Amino acid sequence: MTLTFSQALITIMLIALGTLITRALPFLLFPENKKTPEYIQYLGKVLPYAVIGLLVIYCLKSVTVLSAPYGLPEAIAILCVVLLHLWKKNTLLSIGAGTLIYMVLVQKVF
Amino acid sequence: MNKKIAALKAAFPHTIPILMGFLFLGIAFGILLSSKGYTLGWALLMSIFIFAGSMQFVAIDLLTQSFNPINAFFLTLLVNARHLFYGISMLSKYRNTGKKKAYLIFGLIDESFSILCSTEPPAGVDRGWFMFFVTLFNHIYWVAASAMGALLGSLFTFNSQGIEFVMTALFIVIFINQWKSQKNHIPALTGLGVSLSCLIILGPNDFIIPSMILILLVLSLFRKNIEKEVAP
Repeated sequence: MTLTFSQALITIMLIALGTLITRALPFLLFPENKKTPEYIQYLGKVLPYAVIGLLVIYCLKSVTVLSAPYGLPEAIAILCVVLLHLWKKNTLLSIGAGTLIYMVLVQKVF
Repeated sequence: MNKKIAALKAAFPHTIPILMGFLFLGIAFGILLSSKGYTLGWALLMSIFIFAGSMQFVAIDLLTQSFNPINAFFLTLLVNARHLFYGISMLSKYRNTGKKKAYLIFGLIDESFSILCSTEPPAGVDRGWFMFFVTLFNHIYWVAASAMGALLGSLFTFNSQGIEFVMTALFIVIFINQWKSQKNHIPALTGLGVSLSCLIILGPNDFIIPSMILILLVLSLFRKNIEKEVAP
């Protein structure tokens, strides 16, 4: 554990609170009998796509590109996930195999 | 009582794919968390009260950095901002569900949303209880799988270096699925491009909030162009 017991507890409780806020807010802002503004409906349609793009980049934020191993394990594993998923269209297979390949790459190869 | 049992029976088959997915992701979550020194109790606490797969993986990251609760809170709002839009989509479906509504809202995860937004219960089955049991089953699977992962991680020692890639792979697969479901790729490319630019310019510690603001700006500015092409 990097944090102390109470630091970890506070962090987790704030994450739980933040999560609950994002889930409950629409129901508080737009009560059962009111129409949702069109701008909000538009954001509801497009934001989920943009946020996943953001999360992909978030996952890769600590990759070292400018020094060894030059982001190669990530690049290879991502390529495997993409190709496998386009080929087999099996979510669990793509994630499982991709993770395994990455683990082998960082533990045994690079 | 019969009403509840009928809803439970109708809900269960719809959650089987989620069971398979959560077994895998939950166990991976538990193992990863315990590899950072956080044992079973922490996994249970997080999976019961946070109940948000992708955010819990991000949370592991936060629990291994220096203590910064404000950052954790705002990052949660950003990562889970998509829930706002699930909520907006479920406003009418969750109507008239009485006391169950609070739990339905708490458990509005990606997977519950994906089932509930596209599925109507069979005729004669109470919709409120049907949605309640779909959510409850998903919650139980997630908590049980995380606990199994945490136990596995603490009972057996193995080299788990690189297992964090499960989160990257998860988001890439979701990205591909979304990409194939849409003709208009501007929102997806905006998310990817804006975040990557911010990461390169601002570095790994300060790029998330500027990225989110810039994404909102770009999507708002090009609303007319995007709306024309997005299938209704």
